[in-house]
Amino acid sequence: MAGTLIVFWAFAGLAVVSALCCITRRSPVASALWLVVTLFSLAALFVLLDAQFLAVLQVLVYAGAIMVLFLFVIMLLNLGRAGPTDLRGPAGLGVGVLLSGLLLVQLLALRQAGLSPSVAVAPGAVARIAAEQGMVPAIARPLFGAYLVPFEITSVLLLAAIVGAVVLAKRRL
Amino acid sequence: MLLGPSLAVSAVLFALGVAGVLLRRNAIVIFMCVELMLNAVNLTFVALAQQLGVAGQIFVFFVMAVAAAEAGVGLAIMLAIYRHRQTVNLQNINLLRG
Repeated sequence: MAGTLIVFWAFAGLAVVSALCCITRRSPVASALWLVVTLFSLAALFVLLDAQFLAVLQVLVYAGAIMVLFLFVIMLLNLGRAGPTDLRGPAGLGVGVLLSGLLLVQLLALRQAGLSPSVAVAPGAVARIAAEQGMVPAIARPLFGAYLVPFEITSVLLLAAIVGAVVLAKRRL
Repeated sequence: MLLGPSLAVSAVLFALGVAGVLLRRNAIVIFMCVELMLNAVNLTFVALAQQLGVAGQIFVFFVMAVAAAEAGVGLAIMLAIYRHRQTVNLQNINLLRG
């Protein structure tokens, strides 16, 4: 248990520090690579939270596919070199830090709101289902059962995104 | 057991994402900060799924699908903007400024 906590805080700290680097680095490429570090640490946190399959997806889809797409566009637009800083001026900086700090305080206060015991499942129930049915079936059964309609709608969404991306990226709009 | 710490971490990550969106002017970096916020929400979903059943993990699937679609379309928009204005700095993209 103590070991789990140590690993958790190690990866949580890594995620927060690399997120901080991501929003402060001048070069977009450095930002993207720090974001990849954040995504990897989040995948590690997913493992600790009994979501091993999602951790694999996080690495494959987010760090593997989406971030490569970002890097590809940065290279394509030739933005790799760090130009002059693109941070906002002092006024914008102050307002931005103030607003995000306010949001952080609000979110941390929201954390205190307890879960209603009527909706909570028994402790360790998710891990037990995964142990009984296997990791992937525990997620696949509800996905193709109760959540089948949202799943199908997702495919329509992806089709729309493909069409939209092709139309937008065409040379003559 | 890890619920409280996970929610704290995801709150910090979300606030960092908001700070990035508010502070930066490079459109691609802003886009990456939006992805950071989506990931903070994913962490919340996974942490609460431990308490509330596996449905929370299903929602992370849908968030990932939406993020992938959003990244594809958003980066295509950025390519189109760059082709028209030769920049992705939001300071120079001010068609709607009054």
